[in-house]
Amino acid sequence: MTDNELIWRIAGGSGDGIASTSQNFAKALMRSGLNVFTHRHYPSRIRGGHTYTEIRASADPVKSRGDGYNFLLALGDSFARNPKEGSVYGNEEIKPLSENLDELREGGVIIYDSGLLDASEIEDFDARVEENNWHVYDLDLRTMAREQGREVMRNTAGVGATCALAGIELEWIEELMTEAMPEKILDPNLEILHNAYEMVNEEYDVDAHDVKIPEGSHDEEQVLLSGSDSIAYGSLDEGCRFIAGYPMTPWTEVFTIMAQNLPEVGGISEQVEDEIAAAALAVGASHAGTKAMSGSSGGGFALMSEPLGLAEMTETPVVLIEAMRAGPSTGLPTKPEQADLEHVLYTSQGDSQRVVLAPGTVEEAYTQTRRAFQIAYEYQIPAIVLYDQKLGGELMNVPASVFDEEPNPSLGSTLTEAELAEAPHDESGKYSRFQHDVEDGVSPRSIPGQKGGRFLATGNEHTPEGHIEESPENRVAQMDRRTQKLEAISADLSSQDESHQTYHGPDEADYGFLTFGSSQGTVEESVDRLNDQGYSVKSLGVSDMAPFPKEEVTEFIESVDEVLVVEMNASAQFRGLTQKELGQYGEKLSSLLKYNGNPFEPADIVEGFVTTIVEDEELTGIETKFVPAAGD
Amino acid sequence: MSAFSAIGEGREVEQEDYTPDLEPQATWCPGCGDFGVLKALKGAAQELGKSPEEMLLTTGIGCSGKLNSYFDSYGFHTIHGRSLPVARAAKLANPGVEVIAAGGDGDGYGIGGNHFMHTARENHDMTYIVFNNEIFGLTKGQTSPTSPKGHKSKTQPHGSAKEPLRPLSLSLTSGASYIARTAAVNPNQAKEIIVEAMEHDGFAHIDFLTQCPTWNKDARQYVPYIDVNESDDYDFDPTDRREAADMMAETEQALHEGKVLTGRFYVDNDRPSYGEEKRAIGEMPEEPLAERYFDDSYEWERSADLFLDKHK
Repeated sequence: MTDNELIWRIAGGSGDGIASTSQNFAKALMRSGLNVFTHRHYPSRIRGGHTYTEIRASADPVKSRGDGYNFLLALGDSFARNPKEGSVYGNEEIKPLSENLDELREGGVIIYDSGLLDASEIEDFDARVEENNWHVYDLDLRTMAREQGREVMRNTAGVGATCALAGIELEWIEELMTEAMPEKILDPNLEILHNAYEMVNEEYDVDAHDVKIPEGSHDEEQVLLSGSDSIAYGSLDEGCRFIAGYPMTPWTEVFTIMAQNLPEVGGISEQVEDEIAAAALAVGASHAGTKAMSGSSGGGFALMSEPLGLAEMTETPVVLIEAMRAGPSTGLPTKPEQADLEHVLYTSQGDSQRVVLAPGTVEEAYTQTRRAFQIAYEYQIPAIVLYDQKLGGELMNVPASVFDEEPNPSLGSTLTEAELAEAPHDESGKYSRFQHDVEDGVSPRSIPGQKGGRFLATGNEHTPEGHIEESPENRVAQMDRRTQKLEAISADLSSQDESHQTYHGPDEADYGFLTFGSSQGTVEESVDRLNDQGYSVKSLGVSDMAPFPKEEVTEFIESVDEVLVVEMNASAQFRGLTQKELGQYGEKLSSLLKYNGNPFEPADIVEGFVTTIVEDEELTGIETKFVPAAGD
Repeated sequence: MSAFSAIGEGREVEQEDYTPDLEPQATWCPGCGDFGVLKALKGAAQELGKSPEEMLLTTGIGCSGKLNSYFDSYGFHTIHGRSLPVARAAKLANPGVEVIAAGGDGDGYGIGGNHFMHTARENHDMTYIVFNNEIFGLTKGQTSPTSPKGHKSKTQPHGSAKEPLRPLSLSLTSGASYIARTAAVNPNQAKEIIVEAMEHDGFAHIDFLTQCPTWNKDARQYVPYIDVNESDDYDFDPTDRREAADMMAETEQALHEGKVLTGRFYVDNDRPSYGEEKRAIGEMPEEPLAERYFDDSYEWERSADLFLDKHK
């Protein structure tokens, strides 16, 4: 088939400049008018280890990494530590070529650096090339780079060769390099880029293959960013000016972006001793009258369980970010998974009183983070933004206008001194911070330093004034009031005209896909493909985990004959949540799961659906797993 | 105009102002050292003219955590060991608030030990009072990090095999810039030390010996005590780190030999507080951050204006 998209994979070792090269390349393609989507694959290593980034570019909108890819630039792992066969990691140097062949499409293009890689070390390489009709260009990128500057610039030589073979105009690349590189290294890089481009054009038939860059154009200005960027910008636009954190992959990205940007807006960033402290600092900063956040990934979030419960009990607004990675324990530190859903929903002491939002796209990461702050501060409750390594690290283009929004620095239900003067107090002058009978269960708070506002915040059960109190009457009144806030949030959300869940496909369909968080885009692409193939399918990507949008999900499930729940974990947590919230549908929901460290590709879902639901056959292989509905 | 007019108001305050009408009688056991902390704290706050509404007292869990119920101010009774991270963030958010954290020896030196080290290291401008009774009181008498070696309890039936933690030395090593020990049986010294700690621009740590007559009957009443700054038997300079370290080591050893040494062990008035350090590198605003949220004229920055260009 002739592809109407380029999926370019640049592969090398950690430290070979894959990230920066691919980011510039993606942005250049975006500026040329294309829609782009990137996917990162990297090991938990400092140097060496096979890593790659894929950039998918198309004139049509792209929502996922796509299936496989059609253009490989194999740089070779120049940091390989175990180059010997038989060592624990095998021959690492050759991996950027050998490890990537399985997913390369028929008719695809391979450029490899013959200065570093020897294709004859790969068994059956020539036979596979012939069988798959691959077009192979063995270029000595290392020597090209060395002649002009330094060996590390061989990625630039690879980009020049890619442009020649895929028909990409150099001007976009030059522009990006000029913006991104310091003068000292810019000239040799430009030289290398041009030389490689011209050499390939002169010495090879660049039209011997069909993999060419498509042409496209945008209606409005685009920006290229990741879910991590969006979460940070959403926080800043909600007036968040305090963050505390401890590094942990992949949460570190949001923490880093905030730490770098906060000084510019007069904010405070604190890197602290552990995640217990990080969450407790966010609670302390919010208590003292700021909009504050913290976050982590699975292991670090486990430490936040304690302060999370404290925030719930003291009704201190706070936003926590949870960037899922594959667990349990240290798990696969750099790989995506959606297995912390139950962890964030239920962890900590006693009944959980929190909001959990799971954005599905880069754009939703911005809007849902903003909603998390709004709900947290309006209802004095912790709100958690749950995402994963995939959404956090994938770059995609979205219209710049998405971010053209007004800031919202409101502290929500907080009184001024003038308002406090009119508010109820006890006989010793303490402000009644936790009144029983208030609208929606929300009793407005005061801030230390305000005259007329003093009260005790305590993790113990307490009276309206904050005094520790264990009587059954007070206990039930306070517990009911805190629970009432969740009901009010739920009612508020379902009364809004605009849904926060994402529907895709025809209104009427026989089958439905239900998913949450970052798998949404891939599911939608699968839906389109299946409908093109004549199946009748639609999807619902759920973004609100707590409170759960019961009506919307019920309506969706009722509207189809059968539902396949798609999620990246081994225990079908989202299906479990759906059944728990709705109290039924055990016999209508089956699961397609993936937990091998890689996110779903659309083909996984298409194949999974056709094999299991349509043909009622068994799935084979380790990519995905099918769990049938009860009774099947 | 400040949105927090209780801060720096400078009005006359009486000790009674810190006594909540609803819980005027503390429920600590008769003879408990915790009464001494409460009294000394009230005296110190009154002497410095701090009004209850410009003070934030954070506590952990334990008998000491009840301090919040008997001292009327803004309060945050947190969870076990976590009073310090809550307190220091509040100080960063609104530096005008007088922040005091308090907890027991299990709370501060055990479960919250990591926070203790790091808060001291960062030298936040706040006071930290540790009620050190060498025992877990609220949970009925288990061995604590400061219990002497050999101390028997229900959870250490054969006596603790561990050397007790050295709180003063740990504090010095970690970076606290004011370190003192006082005792509940010495109310005047205790008040003076709390006054100095509150006035100190940096992390002031007070190891406050509070006898537990209920669960630590073996322990001394911490009498007679000796003030090392006044006694002729001791000659050291508390501004000299090495001399302070030696004096602390001797003091910690002496306690378990029946000798109660108290006083100021280390005072460093030159080291800038964490807030000053942060402001110096441009990572903390000059105006208190909390004020901004009440300032209707403040023009809030937008991501679209400041950060989006690099993504285009």
